[in-house]
Amino acid sequence: MQFWGYKRKEGRAGIRNHVLILPTCACGSESCRIVASQVRGAVNIVFNTGCSDVAANTAMSQKVLTGFACNPNVYGIVIIGLGCETVPHAKLREKIQAMTSKPVVSFGIQEEGGTLKTIEKAVRAASKMAAEAAMQPKELCDISELMLGIECGGSDATSGIASNPAVGELSDLLVDLGATTMMSESIEWIGGEHLLAKRAATPAIHNQIIQVCKDYEAHLKAAGQDCRAGQPTPGNKAGGLSTLDEKSLGCIRKGGTRPIVEVLEQAVPPTKRGAVVMDTAGYDISSVTSMVAAGCNAVIFTTGRGTCTGNAIVPVLKVTANARTYQHMEDNMDVDLSPIVRGEKTYQEMGAEMLNNIQDICNGKMTKAEAFGFSDIAVDHVCRFV
Amino acid sequence: MEINALLMDEKDNVVTCVTEVAAGQDVVYRKGQEFCTVKAEENIPYCHKVALVDLKKGDEVIKYGESLGVMTEDAAKGHWVSHNNLVSVPRDYDSEMVQE
Repeated sequence: MQFWGYKRKEGRAGIRNHVLILPTCACGSESCRIVASQVRGAVNIVFNTGCSDVAANTAMSQKVLTGFACNPNVYGIVIIGLGCETVPHAKLREKIQAMTSKPVVSFGIQEEGGTLKTIEKAVRAASKMAAEAAMQPKELCDISELMLGIECGGSDATSGIASNPAVGELSDLLVDLGATTMMSESIEWIGGEHLLAKRAATPAIHNQIIQVCKDYEAHLKAAGQDCRAGQPTPGNKAGGLSTLDEKSLGCIRKGGTRPIVEVLEQAVPPTKRGAVVMDTAGYDISSVTSMVAAGCNAVIFTTGRGTCTGNAIVPVLKVTANARTYQHMEDNMDVDLSPIVRGEKTYQEMGAEMLNNIQDICNGKMTKAEAFGFSDIAVDHVCRFV
Repeated sequence: MEINALLMDEKDNVVTCVTEVAAGQDVVYRKGQEFCTVKAEENIPYCHKVALVDLKKGDEVIKYGESLGVMTEDAAKGHWVSHNNLVSVPRDYDSEMVQE
């Protein structure tokens, strides 16, 4: 299986060719939004962090910012910083330049003399980059260039029964074709972690999966919190998911059945190909953020209650097996998997059918969240701001 | 025969309703090729679970062949099982580790 994508000098092929307008910290976010609105072919990130942080949070922010820049769907990067943040624009630019040969330019609002002067320069730079990006021809790429992030959000009982198993089947098919699939949300392994661990390619990976869950619970406990108090969410409960265990047993099915070859810290690119898992929050926006920062060039997202979120860098494909949600929120839903619940098709059949949906979005078909221009991100935090 | 509930594993003691089921109606699900029924003793919302056996306080609820947690009160066969009468129990992670 092949698709028409954008080959990169380093790493995987892109399925989009965005100019990324990237803030160093929250203070640059609004300028980035205005710049992107002036330049066709540009997308912006709204970043709510990047300063006044402890070292662990700064490290996380930096992984996300540099990871976004290195994502295969990005052609080039225009950075806007303030000037007094923890990692200023020139330093972030140098970090990115050490990781990729993509074009990168950067500006500081304090240096340039305010918003308008910065925006003018950034718009000029972004326009030039977008014009170059538009000249890059698409080339035929093997599906093994795909790294698919697998997400679920707004889950209900149909998620575990139908949409997650179907996406699991899709994941197996993609892995067999040489692609990489990434499942995250480690808090939603709890209660099913013993089953997930059985998919580990080695005993060490088995134990890593268990350890991730153990550490997550311990981390929250150290702050006086209980993971079972926030999970399942009120919407999950209304949708028939009684406990974290029930949610997890459904959630883990979206990763399929192939051996897990690597357990990743969040926002870290895999070193292996095949089925990988990442230790992230169960908060879907934050989990997608980390997977995109790790280099996923597309995301498939199962839902039961219905969700609308998207990502600026990668297309997010929404699938649901809840017929009511598909009909009621058709503006936001891409694929209707409800025939599985009605017994008209098997999850294996619909998983195989979704290969075509994936090939279509790789070839450029916009998902609904993408067509809306949604740019949702959330950066996971280890500690409070300082 | 039309089903209105799904049994995820033969070991399960609950089924998940894929329509609303009113009190007094039959919950119909398939176990292999066989069609089974249990009478709903109360209204069961869409996507929610109904007990296939008499569940006592402290009993494990099994779906997907796995434990979802334990009952905090009794729920007889045909009654609604949900977050209101079922709680998660802590995991014993150390026992799940394998020899490397």
